[in-house]
Amino acid sequence: MIWNEKMECISKDDLLDLASQRLKNMVSYLSANCPTYKKNLDQHGLTASDIRNIGDIIKLPFTTKDDMRDSYPFGLFSRPLQDIAEIHVSSGTTGNPTVVGYTKDDIKLWSEVMARALCCAGAEPGDMLQNAYGYGLFTGGLGLHYGALEMGLTVIPVSSGQTKRQLKLMDDFKPRILSCTPSYLLYMAEEAKEMGLDPQESSWQIGVLGAEPWSESMRLEIEQLWNILATDIYGLSEIIGPGVAQECKYKDGLHIFWDVFYPEIIDPESGLPAKEGQSGELVITTLTKQGIPLLRYRTRDIVSINYEKCACGRTSPRISKIKGRTDDMIIVRGINVFPSQIEHVLLGIEGTQPHYQLVVDRKSGELDDLEVLVEVEEKIFSDEIKKLRALEEKIRKEIESVLGILVKVKLVEPKTIERSMGKAKRVIDKRQV
Amino acid sequence: MKLTQISVFLENRKGRLHEVCVLLSENRVNIRALTIAESEDFGILRMVVDRPDSALQALKKNGFSAQLTDVVAIEVDDEPGGLAKILKVLTDKNINIEYMYAFVEKLSDKAVLVFRFEDTDLAVKVLKGSGIKILRKEVEEI
Amino acid sequence: MFAAGIINFRHNKYKMQNTFWNENIETIGKEQLQPLQLKLLKDTVSAALKTSFYKNRLYRSGIKSPDDIKTLGDLNKIPFTTKDDLREAYPSGLLSTSSDDVIRIHTSSGTTGTPTVIYHTKEDLDNWTELVARSIVATGFSRSDIFQNMMSYGLFTGGLGLHYGAERVGATVIPIGAGNTKRQLQLMRDFKTTTIHITPSYALHIHSKFKENNIKRGDLCLKRAFIGAEPHSENTRKKIEEILEIDAYNSYGLSEMNGPGVSFECIYKRGMHTWEDSYILEIVDPVTQEPLCEGKEGEIVFTTLRRKATPLLRYRTRDLAFVYKDSCPCRRTHRRISRITGRTDDMLIVNGVNMFPSQIEEVIMRIPEVGTNYQVQLEKDGALDRLIVKVEIYSKMFTGNVKELDNLKEKIKEELRASIIIHPVVELHEPGSLPVFEGKAKRVIDLRVKI
Repeated sequence: MIWNEKMECISKDDLLDLASQRLKNMVSYLSANCPTYKKNLDQHGLTASDIRNIGDIIKLPFTTKDDMRDSYPFGLFSRPLQDIAEIHVSSGTTGNPTVVGYTKDDIKLWSEVMARALCCAGAEPGDMLQNAYGYGLFTGGLGLHYGALEMGLTVIPVSSGQTKRQLKLMDDFKPRILSCTPSYLLYMAEEAKEMGLDPQESSWQIGVLGAEPWSESMRLEIEQLWNILATDIYGLSEIIGPGVAQECKYKDGLHIFWDVFYPEIIDPESGLPAKEGQSGELVITTLTKQGIPLLRYRTRDIVSINYEKCACGRTSPRISKIKGRTDDMIIVRGINVFPSQIEHVLLGIEGTQPHYQLVVDRKSGELDDLEVLVEVEEKIFSDEIKKLRALEEKIRKEIESVLGILVKVKLVEPKTIERSMGKAKRVIDKRQV
Repeated sequence: MKLTQISVFLENRKGRLHEVCVLLSENRVNIRALTIAESEDFGILRMVVDRPDSALQALKKNGFSAQLTDVVAIEVDDEPGGLAKILKVLTDKNINIEYMYAFVEKLSDKAVLVFRFEDTDLAVKVLKGSGIKILRKEVEEI
Repeated sequence: MFAAGIINFRHNKYKMQNTFWNENIETIGKEQLQPLQLKLLKDTVSAALKTSFYKNRLYRSGIKSPDDIKTLGDLNKIPFTTKDDLREAYPSGLLSTSSDDVIRIHTSSGTTGTPTVIYHTKEDLDNWTELVARSIVATGFSRSDIFQNMMSYGLFTGGLGLHYGAERVGATVIPIGAGNTKRQLQLMRDFKTTTIHITPSYALHIHSKFKENNIKRGDLCLKRAFIGAEPHSENTRKKIEEILEIDAYNSYGLSEMNGPGVSFECIYKRGMHTWEDSYILEIVDPVTQEPLCEGKEGEIVFTTLRRKATPLLRYRTRDLAFVYKDSCPCRRTHRRISRITGRTDDMLIVNGVNMFPSQIEEVIMRIPEVGTNYQVQLEKDGALDRLIVKVEIYSKMFTGNVKELDNLKEKIKEELRASIIIHPVVELHEPGSLPVFEGKAKRVIDLRVKI
């Protein structure tokens, strides 16, 4: 089933007309409602009249994650708080978090694109969804929740964690659809076997899996293990949360909902459009959002894009699975982690900048482990174990509070962290994804 | 009256202590007493040596985190109740001991213990006032 | 009991107004309410008869059709439903609609044994949302408020229940969930949060974290808190109001009755209005099961009146409270229950004396030196029980003056003894040394070996 056939199967010409009109409206909306964008557009000498069609999008300045951080908390809002129905916050690169504010209409838009995504994955009205994404400020949980409500699914809002309970609920209520991170689904297989449940016999037939990059081989493993159709969902909270793009049953790229989230692929170095079919950084413009609309937002995700019509009938272009990042962000248990966040925490604790390193590992059948190594330099060394332990604890708590996931902290001797070209290597990713 | 102790941060890794000892021997530093305090994945090596300044320099040059701490060496009767006598003096005066360890070598028929106090100066004053013998030169020159 | 004297207004500076979400139904007269309840009760019985569980049970009591209910008094013919019944009926014995009409499932945490499940249709969720909207508007909450929802989201109904209610009122919702105090405080400051939804123990805890997070009260726009999910004393409320400089409103609900939005305080804080167009409220003697009259403390029993997917008849909540006799100046006619004074199942028997943890809380929270956290431990002392009450006291009390501390200990001991008759052992602890709970607190540790 195609949730919104009119938009998802629209002809390319009609889409370009629609996107052109929407972009024009968006630029005038931003000029009128968002002082930060107004200033930015003025600096580039741009007004809505400079946008004649969607092709003119390349005239517009990019918006970056740093812009979002610098404008914290209200700089990019186009609406007064009075009109904002919901606020979500994700971790920023340092210090200030990244904020998204949804108006009531934005929540409707979110519900709409998530309903499209769930249908695209193969859900039918009347199906039951076990939603194992975390509920709360993380957009995964409520995003799936709203979409399921919109398209008429029964939701079990179980949220993340509590694996035994997840499996019991699966066994008792027989939901056909499951949403969670792919690594969590792999992890649950071990637990299921321990509980005497056969993953092959699970009620789940479709997985809507995302919030972290995963490979084709991981998909194969999940599909064989659980006897399930494992589909990839893509989204980022800056744009809306989950529901930006979703795979259909053909699993040949993720359909991006381009009538509302207009995609471009650029060369991350030059900022110029990449050649058709080539990989580059995904840039998205929200065409209809109201609370915090974004022009040409640089996702830092490297993908390629395919404009051919899909066998499922949708005309929407398909982006590839994420091939990499333009920055050093890593995703641990579905949570975005920037080394700069750790740096910020360490600086805040001791006023010094010790060398550190993040080590991410995923032992077979287990969840991601994040270990933070911190070199004990003179300034933070103490002769007393309890003071060093207290320091370790403090670093751990601060990092956990910034990232919202559990981490290990290990104090190591000076100069033991590997350096390349004099600069310490910040991330060691040992996971086989 | 205070004695200088060297503390070194060490990861719990095989051969690490050996490396420190080799380094000190190459620099002709003699270890008089030592102890290791450990937690799950790191430890602190604490030593009394004959030439603390040279030792510190050598360690730092080789990238170790090390620092000097004031400790007090006390002569204790080597007989039942010897240590208890000293601890009573300290307890009565409400003096907190952070940690302590013993010299292996003996100077006479007495044992020598190294103490780290919360308030070293106060501890020295109290000990002296109670007629307990505090060592310094003797220890460094064993 | 002590109905008067517990009214506490802090809100003069905000010009508190008595506002309504749905004035007609909230001020409904008895003569209209009773026929409505009767009609809805018949609907509910009719829905219940469609479930395998109630069909058997009601038949045995001679109720074969809704027509066997002629007056509200006929409620007495209906047997009680207990938590164990819900477990027995798991997973679908209490489902009264087609599963196609179900759009949400909430199950209890059920850490041990079988969980319980409540199904909701679209209409059920809509009515739940309506009740929450009514409840929060009764505290003066409006669409201009910024609402930070500090209860867990997910199967636990506290998070999503208030989320939907606040959304319907049109406020700005920050769906942060429980935990991560540092982030809570940062967002509270940066987004000018006016209202929080929080457990009483967490409310006391966050205040102690202001300093280390560089938060000053003046940085915050906090006006009110909805306090729920665990029973607490009037003195705890006062303490929360005092230290956070807000108005704290008691919220009562249980997942079997949807979740929050069953009973809620209005601006007058004289007990919690129970929405009697959606629930029939009874107070019964937990031992004899006889209905008690207003003012008498007993177990709360609810019958759902508007629930389609999972109707429940005379559900025994195990919560103890009483119904206020007098009317409320806010003009809402829905009767008010007192705060929960205990549980039929958390009653402690110490050396043969019955007591509730809430009695201990009541005492220690009115002692000014006592901080925000405490714990009760029970252990065996030979054949006897020993009751140990551990309290955190403010760090300024640890001046090194042992005598002062001894006096304080004595004082706490005396006051406790006066209230619970038992001689407790009192331990004083430094702030931050007892376990902290960001969700529901576990205050009682019973180490006595069960014989």
